[in-house]
Amino acid sequence: MTGADRMCEAILGAGVGTVFGYPGGAIMPFYDALLRHPLRHVLVRHEANAGFAADGYARISGGVGVCVVTSGPGATNLATALASAFMDSVPVVAITGQVASHLVGTDAFQETDVTGLTLPVTKWSTVVRHADELSPALHRAFAVAVEGRPGPVLVDVCKDVQAGPAAPDGWEPVGQMCRGHRSVDGASLDAVAVLLRGAQRPVILAGHGVLQAGAEAALLRLAEHWKVPVATTLLGLGAFPEDHRLSLGMMGMHGDVQVNRTIDSADLLVAVGMRFDDRVTGDLSKYARNARVVHVDIDAAEMGKNVCPDVALVCDARTALEALVTLPAPHVDQAWPPSVPGSDNRAYLDTLDDTVFVAPQAITLLDRISSDDAIVVTDVGQHQMWEAQFYTHRPGRSLATSAGCGAMGYAVGAGMGAKLAAPHREVWVVCGDGGFQMSSCELATLAQEQLDLTVVVVNNGYLGMVRQWQERFFDRRYSFTRLTGPDLLQLAAAYGILGLRADTAAQADAALRQAQAHAGPCLVDLRVLAEDNVYPMIAPGRPLGEMLVRPGAPHGSERPGLVGDTL
Amino acid sequence: MSTRHRLLSMLVENHPGVLNKVSSMIRRRGMNITSLSVGETDDESVSRMTVAIDVGRAQADQAVKQLYKLIEVIKISDITEDPIIDRELVLCKVTAGRGDRSELLQIIDIFKAKIADVATDSMVIEMSGAEDQVETFLELVRPFGIKEVARSGTVAMTRGREGLRLSAKHQARTPAQQDLAAAERQRRSAGVLVGD
Repeated sequence: MTGADRMCEAILGAGVGTVFGYPGGAIMPFYDALLRHPLRHVLVRHEANAGFAADGYARISGGVGVCVVTSGPGATNLATALASAFMDSVPVVAITGQVASHLVGTDAFQETDVTGLTLPVTKWSTVVRHADELSPALHRAFAVAVEGRPGPVLVDVCKDVQAGPAAPDGWEPVGQMCRGHRSVDGASLDAVAVLLRGAQRPVILAGHGVLQAGAEAALLRLAEHWKVPVATTLLGLGAFPEDHRLSLGMMGMHGDVQVNRTIDSADLLVAVGMRFDDRVTGDLSKYARNARVVHVDIDAAEMGKNVCPDVALVCDARTALEALVTLPAPHVDQAWPPSVPGSDNRAYLDTLDDTVFVAPQAITLLDRISSDDAIVVTDVGQHQMWEAQFYTHRPGRSLATSAGCGAMGYAVGAGMGAKLAAPHREVWVVCGDGGFQMSSCELATLAQEQLDLTVVVVNNGYLGMVRQWQERFFDRRYSFTRLTGPDLLQLAAAYGILGLRADTAAQADAALRQAQAHAGPCLVDLRVLAEDNVYPMIAPGRPLGEMLVRPGAPHGSERPGLVGDTL
Repeated sequence: MSTRHRLLSMLVENHPGVLNKVSSMIRRRGMNITSLSVGETDDESVSRMTVAIDVGRAQADQAVKQLYKLIEVIKISDITEDPIIDRELVLCKVTAGRGDRSELLQIIDIFKAKIADVATDSMVIEMSGAEDQVETFLELVRPFGIKEVARSGTVAMTRGREGLRLSAKHQARTPAQQDLAAAERQRRSAGVLVGD
């Protein structure tokens, strides 16, 4: 048995059946061993997408995602995907080949200091230069990736260690991993009870941690028991059913007016598995000024990092929510949450005639036709926000998106991972024409693997979100945000996959239904209104209360090039 | 220690790359290391680091939490406000002409320093003490003409019986036990600290 066999066994032992990768010189012994093990390997077309695919696989499966690339350029290409997984706390194990141990430090062919390169974007990393270090390193990697706050880890394995005999030791396959559960101490719980007694305008803020702890049901029970409204972060979408009467929706920079207004005037925030990111809080000094804060997070370092909590529960979301539900419900105001008349972001869709086709219409169509357990994977930009706003997210792991890192080019790769993690669920990849062109090489992978998923390109011929900011903050000076692209129908045909196009909402409806019925990969080109903006919006660094709304909406008068009224 | 500095004491795994991980974490969080010393402990698999950073208490608290998230950091404690013994070693080469020597010897005597080397017109003085003593000492010898200074960085430990020790669990040495210990540390990384 070689070191490479050990590596395959470690992956299988962690319950991972599919890996994503790209071979090269320094990882060849591993690729040779792959043929001897019942491990599915998906050959991507660019290493970043191996990382994104492992990320998508992990997010949807709830387990670990694994990617394997070679030394040097293979590993440097992977770095963006690791950064994205790190920012979103996704358990990814990256295995990189390294030059033979006697060549390390000699500037050998395709040698790069990979652990040094990825240090700030991995939870843990190590170089394996001796056979006896291999098993402990792999064991540790799979444990560290999922323990506590999950995150990406990297094991850089020298080629000679892969090719040489595996060291005999007591290495056992990891199997089922234990989670970093902690109990909630009684004193903290009492402190929460005191805050609850005094609260009349409480809000629960739910983040990614709720989904990662599998605490959706516990959150639902708590919200219903307390009768307290729930707002979610972008990554918290799916933590709470959006069609529930207590659901407020997404908070933050592009959250609904109603949601941010509610948070702004709350007297108690119960934040669960979220980290008060600047896209969520706006101007921190003005954030929810009258609210006491209970912060639940598994990472102690999040306590007081941005918002100073009155009570800090360092705990996984599920344990915490199950403890909180034992507390008596607060006496919530009759008029809570406040309703803001005319703030319905969806209302403007009804005012559109047949001559315009905007992305939110397409998302609404997708919401209508997609199956109940469909998975949506979004890229980064305007379409990402429109999906978040106009799609009704159901509980569970059904959305994958690069949130904290905002890595364009994420979605196609992550969509492949999502599909392979859940082969029987419908997968919709939604991306803009910018992000799509960063990852369109993966159409070949979709074709080769015959993955049954649909890539929907929200095509407006712009790097839309940057253009929107140029419109608003740079006086409409559109500096290098206009972009052309290939004819997507011809591109799809060139890759041998089904291509569809829509220029109107009616055509989009037909195209999306056809894509849904089609078995196999499909590319849908939605040619939407070019200069459309995501509303509502909080300008960066501004407080939650200062929301810019769509021109024509009852409370707003934002027009291109003008400073809009704020709600 | 001046009041702006916070002194962190930590036990870390003794293998390549750990110093890089620790210093890189401090840099990434926008903090500046003013003093750092590393050395093996009585257990060769464990090193002790003493790091001074020029931040306030709240930032130091954040630094401690972030550093404790590093898998290789076994224990960490902010000992700034604890009763501690802190020492720094300094080697100082000063100009010492014939006329200056007696005065220099007086200073050396006051600081319980030693002459480590003598040449015709200079000497190397070896002195150790708390950081402020070192500063005062250097101030006093400066008028003689300092040619060269090498400072070790502060090392420190708390007074009394309690201290930064490995628990029995962390002294486990088989690979499997080490992994268990790592997993346990990771679980605890959710919690606040250590330094029991």
